[in-house]
Amino acid sequence: MAKGDRVAIIDGCRTPFLRSGTAYREMMAYAICRHAVKGLVAKTGIPNDMVDHGIMGSVLTDVKTTNVAREIMLAAALPNTIPAYTCTVACISANAAIISAANLIVNGNADCIIAGGVETFSDPDIKISKNYRQFIMDLTMFKRPRTIVGKLKLLKGMSFKDFIVPEQPEIGEFSTQLRMGDTADRLAKRLGISQREQDAFAALSHNRAAAAWEQGILKKEVVPVVTPQGRLVDKDNGFRKGTRAEKLAALKPAFDKRYGTVTAGNSSFLTDGGAAVLLMSETLAKKMRLKPLAYIKSYAFTAQDLWEELLLGPVFSIPKALAMGKLKFKDIGVWEIHEAFGVQMVAVVQCLASDSFCKNRLGLSGKVGEINHDDLNIYGGSLSLGHPFGATGARLVTTCANRLQESGKRYGVVAGCAAGAIGNAIILERS
Amino acid sequence: MNAFTYCKPEVLNDVLVVTIDCPGKVNKVSSAMLNEMEVIINDVKSKKYKGLAIVSGKDDNFVVGADLDELTSMKTEDEIRAYITKANSVLSGLEKLPFPTVCVINGNCLGGGVELALVTDYRIATDSTNTVIGFPEIKLGLIPAAGGTQRLPRLIGIQHALPLIVQGSTIRARRAKRLGIIDEIVMPYGLKEIAVKKVLQLKGKRTIKRKRTFAEWLLESNPLGRSIIFSKARTMVMRQTRGLYPAAVAVIDAVEYGYKTTIAKGIAKDSERFIHLVQSYQSQSLVNLFFAMTDLKKNPFKKMEKNVSKLAVIGTGLMGSGIAFVSLPLCDTVLLKDTSLDFVTRSMAQIRKSLEKRAQSGAIRNFDKEVMYGKLIPCDDYTYFKNTDLVIEAVFEDLQLKQNLVKQVEAVCGDTTIVASNTSAIPISLIAKASKRPQNMIGMHYFSPVPAMPLLEIIKTAKTADWVVATAVATGIAQGKSCIVVKDGPGFYTTRILAPYLNESVVLIEEGVPMNDIDSAMLAFGYPIGPIALLDEVGIDVGAHVTIELGQMFTARGAAPSNVLPLLLSKGFKGKKNKKGFYMYDSPKKKGMRLPNKEVYTVIGKVTPEAISVEEIQQRVSLMMINEAAHCLQEGIISSPRDGDVGSVLGLGFPPFKGGIFRYIDHEGAGTIVDTMLQYYNRGLERFKPAMILADMAKTDKRFYKD
Repeated sequence: MAKGDRVAIIDGCRTPFLRSGTAYREMMAYAICRHAVKGLVAKTGIPNDMVDHGIMGSVLTDVKTTNVAREIMLAAALPNTIPAYTCTVACISANAAIISAANLIVNGNADCIIAGGVETFSDPDIKISKNYRQFIMDLTMFKRPRTIVGKLKLLKGMSFKDFIVPEQPEIGEFSTQLRMGDTADRLAKRLGISQREQDAFAALSHNRAAAAWEQGILKKEVVPVVTPQGRLVDKDNGFRKGTRAEKLAALKPAFDKRYGTVTAGNSSFLTDGGAAVLLMSETLAKKMRLKPLAYIKSYAFTAQDLWEELLLGPVFSIPKALAMGKLKFKDIGVWEIHEAFGVQMVAVVQCLASDSFCKNRLGLSGKVGEINHDDLNIYGGSLSLGHPFGATGARLVTTCANRLQESGKRYGVVAGCAAGAIGNAIILERS
Repeated sequence: MNAFTYCKPEVLNDVLVVTIDCPGKVNKVSSAMLNEMEVIINDVKSKKYKGLAIVSGKDDNFVVGADLDELTSMKTEDEIRAYITKANSVLSGLEKLPFPTVCVINGNCLGGGVELALVTDYRIATDSTNTVIGFPEIKLGLIPAAGGTQRLPRLIGIQHALPLIVQGSTIRARRAKRLGIIDEIVMPYGLKEIAVKKVLQLKGKRTIKRKRTFAEWLLESNPLGRSIIFSKARTMVMRQTRGLYPAAVAVIDAVEYGYKTTIAKGIAKDSERFIHLVQSYQSQSLVNLFFAMTDLKKNPFKKMEKNVSKLAVIGTGLMGSGIAFVSLPLCDTVLLKDTSLDFVTRSMAQIRKSLEKRAQSGAIRNFDKEVMYGKLIPCDDYTYFKNTDLVIEAVFEDLQLKQNLVKQVEAVCGDTTIVASNTSAIPISLIAKASKRPQNMIGMHYFSPVPAMPLLEIIKTAKTADWVVATAVATGIAQGKSCIVVKDGPGFYTTRILAPYLNESVVLIEEGVPMNDIDSAMLAFGYPIGPIALLDEVGIDVGAHVTIELGQMFTARGAAPSNVLPLLLSKGFKGKKNKKGFYMYDSPKKKGMRLPNKEVYTVIGKVTPEAISVEEIQQRVSLMMINEAAHCLQEGIISSPRDGDVGSVLGLGFPPFKGGIFRYIDHEGAGTIVDTMLQYYNRGLERFKPAMILADMAKTDKRFYKD
C-alpha cells in the first residue's frame, strides 16, 4: 500500500439467493459461500496466492464451523496459508467484513482481501431443553457420578417434557425482548406509516428485481451453483414478478396479529446465500492491470436507541459517512439501502428528508436530503432478492459499484440497519 | 555387525527395530536387501530381544515390491531360483523368530512388501492417503512367489484373497483392515515408537483368530467346498483372459496346490512357477511395457512447463466430464462450459458421485471432496475465463465448431493461455487455422472413459511452442496418464492405425465373413474387444467420420477404405448409441456373443457367407494396424517404437502380453511380418504393401529394440 492509496473494489460475486428450505437445504453455510468466492477469484482472474486475507460475515454460524470464513476459503480451494476470520454484526455483518478488510489494506497489513458473508436458515442449530443440556453435561463432564444411584439423582427436578421439547430459538432482540417485526410495527405506528405505503414499496422491489433478472443485469453478479444433490441454481427464487400492492394488502399481519401492518408481504424473508467482494490496494490493482469498479471513499458505523430507532441505522450513519468523506447529499447518485421491511425503507427515506428529525436527533441544521426513488435500489433489494443476514452487505456493495459504472455517476451509498440498533453506511467512488 | 545400507538395525527398549531404507527413492526387494536382512535375522539368535519391529525409512513407501531391474537382468534359471529361494528363506526365518514381530506400513506396500508384512505377527498401517496395499505381480505376468499365494488366503480367506492376487488391484488401509490384512490403523508419525510399544504389548507369539461367516466356513473349510471355489475362479479367469495370461491361472493353481499340500510345499512349487513365468514371453512383454509406461510418466521437457492452476473444459459430455474429474487434484479452478447449464449440471452431478466414491474408499479425505467440488464453476459463457492457463475443448467432432470455439476463447484469454483440442481425427493444424496464436494450440487426445484409460496422446503441430508441449505433458502426467507426444497429421497416431484395422474387419464382412467370427478371432489374438463390437461401441458415425477424414491419405496410397461405414450411417446406423449397429441390441446374447444385425447385409448388398481361417482373419486385421504403425514411425508421427507400443496397448487395446506393436514385430521378426503381408499383397490386395521401414528391416534383419 503506497501513501495516498485508495481501497479498490475490484469486483463482487454472489450465489443465487434462495428462500430457506429450498435448493440449499442440505448445504452447510460454508459450502454455499465457497461458490461465491470461487466465482469471484475466477472472474477477476487473479492468482490464488495473491489473496492475503479472508473476512466473512455470518450471524447464525453452525457450531461445527464457527469460523466459517476459514472453511469457505479452504473449500474454495484457496491456499491454506491465507488467514481468515468471521465477524458478526447482525444484518450488516458483511459491511463490517468489508470495512475490516479496507482497514487492513489502509494499514498496510494486506493488499488483497476477499470479504463478504454467508447465511443459511435452512438448518439452524436447535437446542435441546436447558435442563436436558445440564443433565448431559453433569453426566459426562462436570459431575460424572459413578454409581447408578448417583446418575439417577441427576434426573431430579426434570420433567418428561424436558427430554422431548427443544428450546425455542431466540429470535428477539436480547435487551428489549422485541422481535424484529414488533420493532417494525412499532415504527410504523409511531411514524404513522400505512400498510399501503409499505406494500407499495415491497411491490416496487419485487418488480424491479424481476426486471433486473429479465434484462440480464443481475446475471453478471451471480455465479451459478450446482448443489451436491445435483440441482442447478442459477437465479434468485425469492422475487415475485407482477407483485401488486393491492394484492399484498390482503395479507394478514405477521407479528402484531391484532393491529399490525407488517406482513410477510412487506418484510424480507428467510434466505440462504453467500456473497463476496474482492478488495485491493490501488497500487496492486494497477500493477495487476485490473480496472476496479469503485473505491471506498468513506464509511461510518452508528448505534441508536434500541426501542425506537433500531431500524433507522442508515438515517444516522449516512450523514456521518457523508461528513467523513467531506461530501454533500447531492453528490450521491446511487443508493443501495438494505430493505429489512417496507416500513423501514419508507421510514428511512422519510426521516432523512425531515427537518425536525434531523435537527432533533442528528443535531443537523435541517434535513439531510430527499432520496429520489429512481436512484434507490433500482434492481430490487432485500425484500425481493432475499436477505441472507451475513451476505447482504456484499451484495449491496457489488450492485452499488456496478451501478456507478453503468450510470457514470460519481458517488454511491451502501447502507444498512442491524439488530442491536447499529447502522452502517459506506460511500463508494466510481473509478 | 557389518555396515548396513539397506536394512538398518537398532535396539530400542530391548526391541530390535529394522528400518528398511534402500538407496534411492523407494524400497525394493533386491538380493542385496535380502542379504542384509538375512544377516540381521541370523544375528538375532545370539541376542535376547523382546521382539522385532520393521519400519520403512522412506516417507511415502514401505516396500514397493521386487527390484525389477535386477530381476530382468537375470539371464539364467539358476539366478532367478537363487533370488526367490533367498527371499523365501529370509521370510520363513522372520516368521519363525521366537518373539513377537510387528511391521508398520506407511505408503506403498506392494508385492514383496506385502509378503514381508504377512510373515510378521501384527501389521499396522497408517491412515495416509498414500498407503496402498496390493499384489501387482499379475500385471507383469508373474505371481507372488514369496508366500503371497499361500499366506494371504489363509489370513483372509480364499474368496477374498483370490481376486486381490488375480486382478492385481490395490486397496487402501481401511479396506485392508476390514479384510484382516491390517490389524490397526494409526497416524503416519512416530511409527518406530508405535511399533516398539506394540511389540512390548504383544508379549508372546500371536495366533490370529479370524471371524468367518458361515458361508465362508462352509465353502473354505473342506476340500470339496474349496474345489468349487477354484473351479469357479478358473472358469472366470479363462473367460476373461482366454488363456492368454498364464500367470492368472498359475495363481489359482498355486493357491489350490498349497491347500492340498502344505505352505512349505506350496512355496517351493510357487518358486518353480515363478522361474518359469519370469522367462515367459508374456511376462517379458508386460515388464517391457511397464518400463515404457513408467518412462512416459516423466516429463522430458520439465524445465519449460508452466503451472496449470486454472483449467477450462468446454463440452461436458462423458469426455469433458472425465477430463475435468482427473484435473481436480492438480488445478485450483476448473471451469465447465457447455451451451446450456443443464448439460453442465448433469456433468457436475457425475463428478460429484465419483468424488464421493473416492472419499468413501479413502483415496481422498472427506473435506478434500468438498474442496475439489468447490473448484468447479458451471459456465454457459466466458465470464469466468480470464487468465485461464489451459482450455481443453471436448466438443462434437466438427471443424467449424472447433474453429469457432478457438476464436471465442482467444478473444477472452491471454497470450499465455494454451488452447487444446480433444479430437480423435481432425488435424490440429487445420483447427489452428482459425487461431491468432497457433503457437499456443495443441492436441490432447484423451480416451474414454477418461478416468480409467491410462493414455494421453499429445499432438503438436509445426507451430506449437515447446513450453506448450511441456505443459500439456506435465498436465497429462499429473492426471495420471502415460503421455505420448506425436506429430500432427490425419488421425495422428492412434486413430490412424485404428482406421485400417477397423476397415479391414469391415471389408471381411463385405466378403461374407460372419461378424462373430471376426470378433472372436481378434479376441483370441488378445484384443480386449472385437473390432466390430468396437465399431458399435464408439459409434458408426464416428467410424464413418474417421473413414472420410483419413480416406484421402489412404486412397493416395492405393488403400482406399471401404464405403460401408458412411453408407450405413446414411441409413441411420449409429451403433450401440441408437441400438442400430452391426449387432442386435434388443435381443439377448447367445454364448456371450450378440446376434448379428441382418439389416446390415441388406444395406451392403448381397453377401455370400464365406468362412475363412481364424489365422487369416487375425493376420489381415492385425497386420493393417501393424503396418500403419510402421508408416507412422517412418514418417516421424511417433518419435520412437516405445511411444508406438504404449499408444497401441493403452489406447487401442493391442494385446499387452505382446508388449505393443513394435515389440511384437521384433518378436515375430520383421521378415516374417513382411512375408505374410506380401502373401496378401500378391493376392491383389494392394493395401498390404509393407511399409518401407519394415521392408528395409526385413532385408537387413534389424530390430526396433536393442534389448
